[in-house]
Amino acid sequence: MSGLLKSSIARKVVMALSGLFLVFFLGQHFVINIMSVIAPDTFNTWSHFMGYNPLVQYLLQPILIAGVIVHFAMGIALEIQNNRARSVKYAKYKGGANASWISRNMIITGLVVLAFLGLHMYDFWIHEMAYKYIEVKPEDPTRYYAETVEKFEPVLRTVLYVISFGLLALHLLHGFASSFQSMGLNNKYTPAIKTFTKIYAIGIPLGFAFIAIYHHLNPITH
Amino acid sequence: MKLTLKIWRQKDANSKGKMMDYTIDGIDGDMSFLEMMDVLNEELINKGEEPVEFDHDCREGICGSCSLQINGEPHGPDRLVTTCQLHMRKFNDGDTITIEPFRAKAFPVIKDLIVDRTAFDRIQQAGGFISVNTSGNTQDANSIPIDKHDADDAFYSAACIGCGACVAACKNASAMLFTSAKVSQYALLPQGKVEAVDRVQNMVRQMDLEGFGNCTNTGACEVECPKGISLENIARMNREYLSASVKG
Repeated sequence: MSGLLKSSIARKVVMALSGLFLVFFLGQHFVINIMSVIAPDTFNTWSHFMGYNPLVQYLLQPILIAGVIVHFAMGIALEIQNNRARSVKYAKYKGGANASWISRNMIITGLVVLAFLGLHMYDFWIHEMAYKYIEVKPEDPTRYYAETVEKFEPVLRTVLYVISFGLLALHLLHGFASSFQSMGLNNKYTPAIKTFTKIYAIGIPLGFAFIAIYHHLNPITH
Repeated sequence: MKLTLKIWRQKDANSKGKMMDYTIDGIDGDMSFLEMMDVLNEELINKGEEPVEFDHDCREGICGSCSLQINGEPHGPDRLVTTCQLHMRKFNDGDTITIEPFRAKAFPVIKDLIVDRTAFDRIQQAGGFISVNTSGNTQDANSIPIDKHDADDAFYSAACIGCGACVAACKNASAMLFTSAKVSQYALLPQGKVEAVDRVQNMVRQMDLEGFGNCTNTGACEVECPKGISLENIARMNREYLSASVKG
């Protein structure tokens, strides 16, 4: 088993599993967020549950953070190793002739998503941690909708979010289907998997972008 | 046709190489790429210059000796052919053609366009075989029934000629298509099952030791492979490896 942990295939599987976990999380996150457009009260209720349920806070949240760290750390480590595998570069390299730009530039789209995560954590997560554990304010299950909409008032933040969702879509377009190949799943179901992953990879980020734009265009008037 | 050639010249493994320009005229569209290189070398020899070293053997597309990164693609712009089967009619009069060796840390340049591909031999030696005593009473392979689909898939995997185009094309210089083809050709057949667990583990270990990069599923290897080896082989190797790791 020790050899397994060092092997290139094991690293691929770690990338695949952590990626799939994050993809699943993204779907769950979207279902909650779209409620802020459809049913603000439900959004408040679900957000409060996610923010105060001990199972979510002390088990799922650390697992999610670990998943993000593992995926990005492994991705960056592999990129460095892959660069070293070709120390002398080609004078002429026609990468576009045999592979898509998206598949060849996962590190670029990945780093943009990482930077976005930094902004997103600053916007929501750090604020939430401060609210609960530093300022120790009382529980308020009705605050989440207003706080979310308020965040998208500045046009710059909305634009940054929408651009990031675009890059996330590119990352998912290769990464989602690729994770099945990495785990050895290439069979008669592969065309169906590829179709589903394309719909998901475009649909979910598009939905997130819609939510951001919707709240920007529909601010709460006091 | 008249061509400008930009060719990587490197005296030996320890020297620093550089791209050098050559012009060549009178090239016929029906010539193979290697015949064009022969014409160039004759001219260089006649001028008292050092000819350009490159690998070649059968010139029939089956031995895996020829290589060359031509205009940024292994074996050039054509599909499902090796450099020896690439015809000059794929180029136009006045074209500039960039010719480089296959680049990978695990494929060090020996001279000019020749690279050391013995890393592939070592991967093969690590497990790409079945242990059968040739004592004279070996069982006829045809006496073991094999599903037609498995036999066909094993044959397609065995079609890999080990040229290294997969490594050359991959942005990560990964050797997973080659290794997976060699694992697959045995994994699919009953004769290969006996040593399956050790085979895949040993071959992957050797592949990693050689310093090849990691596969990121871009699919460039499959597109550039002159024998059309499929990415399904990599998925099969991953399955075999994970299964072997659990068993072994």
